[in-house]
Amino acid sequence: MSDLNKLGLAEARDALRAGDTTSVDLTEACLGSIEAADALNAFVHHTPDIAMDQARAADARMGPDAPAMCGLPIGIKDLFCTRGVPSQAGSGILKGFKPEYESTITSQLFEAGAVMLGKLNMDEFAMGSSNETSVYGNAVNPWRRGNDDTALTPGGSSGGSASAVSADLCLAATGTDTGGSIRQPAAFTGITGIKPTYGRCSRWGVVAFASSLDQAGPMTKSVRDAAIMLEAMCGHDPKDSTSADLPVPNFEALLKGDVRGKKIGIPKEYRLDGMPEEIEALWAEGRQMLEEAGAEMVDISLPHTKYALPAYYVVAPAEASSNLARYDGARYGHRAKLDQGDGITEMYEKTRAEGFGDEVKRRVMIGTYVLSAGFYDAYYNRARKVRTLIKKDFEDVFAQGIDAILTPATPSAAFGLGEASDDPVQMYLNDIFTVTVNMAGLPGIAVPAGLDKQGLPLGLQLIGRPWEEGDLLNIAYGLESAVGFVAKPTKWW
Amino acid sequence: MLDLTYDTPKPKVIAGAKHDWELVIGMEVHAQVSSNAKLFSGASTQFGAEPNSNVAFVDAAMPGMLPVINEYCVEQAVRTGLGLNAQIHLYSAFDRKNYFYPDLPQGYQISQLYHPIVGEGEILVEMGPGLARKVRVERIHLEQDAGKSIHDMDPAMSFVDLNRTGVALMEIVSRPDIRGPEEAAAYITKLRQILRYLGTCDGNMQNGNLRADVNVSICLPGAYERYQETQDFSHLGTRCEIKNMNSMRFIQQAIDVEARRQIAIVEGGGRVDQETRLYDPDKGETRSMRSKEEAHDYRYFPCPDLLPLEIEQAWIDDIAANLPELPDAKKVRFMDDFGLTDYDASVLTADTADAAFFEEVAGQSGDGKLAANWVINELFGRLKKEDHDISENPVSPSQLADIIKLIKSGDISGKIAKDLFEIVYTEGGDPARIVEARSMKQVTDTGAIEAAVDEIIAANPAQVEKAKNNPKLAGWFVGQVMKATGGKANPKAVNEIVTQKLSA
Repeated sequence: MSDLNKLGLAEARDALRAGDTTSVDLTEACLGSIEAADALNAFVHHTPDIAMDQARAADARMGPDAPAMCGLPIGIKDLFCTRGVPSQAGSGILKGFKPEYESTITSQLFEAGAVMLGKLNMDEFAMGSSNETSVYGNAVNPWRRGNDDTALTPGGSSGGSASAVSADLCLAATGTDTGGSIRQPAAFTGITGIKPTYGRCSRWGVVAFASSLDQAGPMTKSVRDAAIMLEAMCGHDPKDSTSADLPVPNFEALLKGDVRGKKIGIPKEYRLDGMPEEIEALWAEGRQMLEEAGAEMVDISLPHTKYALPAYYVVAPAEASSNLARYDGARYGHRAKLDQGDGITEMYEKTRAEGFGDEVKRRVMIGTYVLSAGFYDAYYNRARKVRTLIKKDFEDVFAQGIDAILTPATPSAAFGLGEASDDPVQMYLNDIFTVTVNMAGLPGIAVPAGLDKQGLPLGLQLIGRPWEEGDLLNIAYGLESAVGFVAKPTKWW
Repeated sequence: MLDLTYDTPKPKVIAGAKHDWELVIGMEVHAQVSSNAKLFSGASTQFGAEPNSNVAFVDAAMPGMLPVINEYCVEQAVRTGLGLNAQIHLYSAFDRKNYFYPDLPQGYQISQLYHPIVGEGEILVEMGPGLARKVRVERIHLEQDAGKSIHDMDPAMSFVDLNRTGVALMEIVSRPDIRGPEEAAAYITKLRQILRYLGTCDGNMQNGNLRADVNVSICLPGAYERYQETQDFSHLGTRCEIKNMNSMRFIQQAIDVEARRQIAIVEGGGRVDQETRLYDPDKGETRSMRSKEEAHDYRYFPCPDLLPLEIEQAWIDDIAANLPELPDAKKVRFMDDFGLTDYDASVLTADTADAAFFEEVAGQSGDGKLAANWVINELFGRLKKEDHDISENPVSPSQLADIIKLIKSGDISGKIAKDLFEIVYTEGGDPARIVEARSMKQVTDTGAIEAAVDEIIAANPAQVEKAKNNPKLAGWFVGQVMKATGGKANPKAVNEIVTQKLSA
């Protein structure tokens, strides 16, 4: 078989089980493509030795009953702690940090036979929508506008994951999503990404950004692949108190593609002033396709939507300001060189000033401010109340029998690197369609749904009921089948 | 059952230059929960281990690590609440208290500000027989302890030991119901006693397992009563908090010193600033810990890594059903069952091990009062002489009970019994056999005693004459007889015979 790296998880799995290829061959193909893709800056730590060892081990246990991910080479977002492998969360403050432990999710993936090719680029501490806050420099989107060779963002924060999957450097990748960090980059790169219900995937060993919002999920080349990989990633973990003790369904078996009778909500609040026509058109096409497939489209209202983004930008930085307090130079990672007479305060100040980038500092300051005495009620507490209302909006529509909600995934296609980095608020608007899902703890999936005039991929988002990832994946599978998205970026790197 | 009633003790009054002043004191006691593992990690809580050997990844705040509540620590907090007759909250939650310090790796302490696990309770603090202060407990919450910074190992560097980081603490917060330094010490003593009875904290103050922040304010006589009627704090003076006290003696000194400092300020026309202070026992003064500019803003918010703690009433009931007998109940029972005085009962119930030992002795000897005397006066006295406590006691309950039985049967006198006790204490052995082997048995043979009395009377005619006129002198003859018999004569018999012979 040629171009093994271009396979998806399901195809590769079937080929492995059938004996048509080996994990070593798959892995070598991916390692080769990674080596040739420095220009994408997607992989920031390469682990070929681990990959080859895991591939050989996978080949040894290969067979019809081999576990789901057996022998499948994937990339791991740098936010996941991987034993003995640099895990820096895209930050300078964790320079040289190699954990002595393996995150629950990567442990589960490895137990299921997955092969780790390396660590993937990301915005620093998952704070960003363009991958430009990474200490490694940004990853680059393999897609380009028509004949224009402007470098585009792969989105963020899981930009490296998106770029790598889209460019076939790996079969799939892990991502994490706090406000849209899986779905937005998936949409920008023409791949599929699902953020499961909060509590589905263990957060143990995943560097925390905003603990009440963070969820990991797979970024894949198809909905089927997402179902396969999600099943391997999720499950109850007693080491994470917020992890749900619920059985994990066989998601792949639930993919029937039959959406007949499903009630799909179309929230009027997601129709923004000044939204590009193409996004509006894509959304309308999505509705039409689902309707043609037999789903029932229902106009719904999620009245508190407009408060979601501001509330998110209170809650997430508040938690981050506390979560990032541990990076103080005392125990691991970067410690500033101190001058004679410097004390502990200087160590903190210099270490954090040198180790954190501007966006992280900005959010730590915002978070510290909104939690401080006298401002807590006006900001943090109010944001918490808004969050409850947003959650209730969704509960209300689900109580009316809505199965899933269809929205655009992003307000635009991938933008040029540097185009939005001067204006944080502009950058934050990238999350406008995705943050509500995190605030409500719901599952959301981005599926590629078309190309814009310049040939860039655009995605649609489906939001599901809590713990109903199976149903959500099935509806997404129906949409995917209807859309028939097959475009790939033209290789320029 | 006895129903003890108590009078309220008088508050401590300090005479200022212009007025008399009363003290108002509230305490925040940090009690280390007795548990094998830490509050949110599986690391050991063992004291005295090699530095940084009892540290889990969570304790060191490694990236991506998450806290998981130790159910046993929750059970201990519930048990403590029940022991203080406090309300147990079925719903409680953890919050983060944010501040930077090297011995706090997370950069925040996980505590319970908004929803503590235990609410209002009460502690009866005896200040002497028939005198007691009821001190209200406002709340108990669970929180993590910090590690230890070590500044004296290197001239340029500081070291950090994270062994204590994350160990479970109960912060037991009282209302400002304590009215003087002695009451403060008595409050801690009583609280410590209850915790030890419950087995929820070992109360070891030296190791820092029980330490207190003491809030002190002063007020004019009458003001406190107005506060009590209204619960309006404006009737009270501004309080200062003296941090981290782990000695009864220093707590009392610090309160006195701090109250006098505040009196001097107020009488001088100044205002007391609400602040945190440290007591310096060498200089005998309290000092401000930090200025206002450095005042911490802890930015408390609900810890997103932990779900709210929801417990079931049935679980609480189960813990309640298995609570040990607590000091107040035990004291009343000892007074009831053994006819002990309030004082003796208090002494014997101060510690569970003491009380258990006494009960054994009382049961086996069949004489509670005598057992109380012997345990308190002889045994405790002897142990104290060597600075030992009951755990280092070489005398078993049955040995002491046997000694008491020998006294009761008249086999030995009280005086010989003390000698016997000393032998048993230092050499061990079966008391009855020792008495036998060393011929310590009391001489109750009246013939032998009579002979001895006759001999003394014959040898001292002048004394006999005097004694006939002054019967009080009979004691001298008794003494001589005891001396002559090596103390083994039954004193009662000697007394009778001497009296009889002298009056003949």
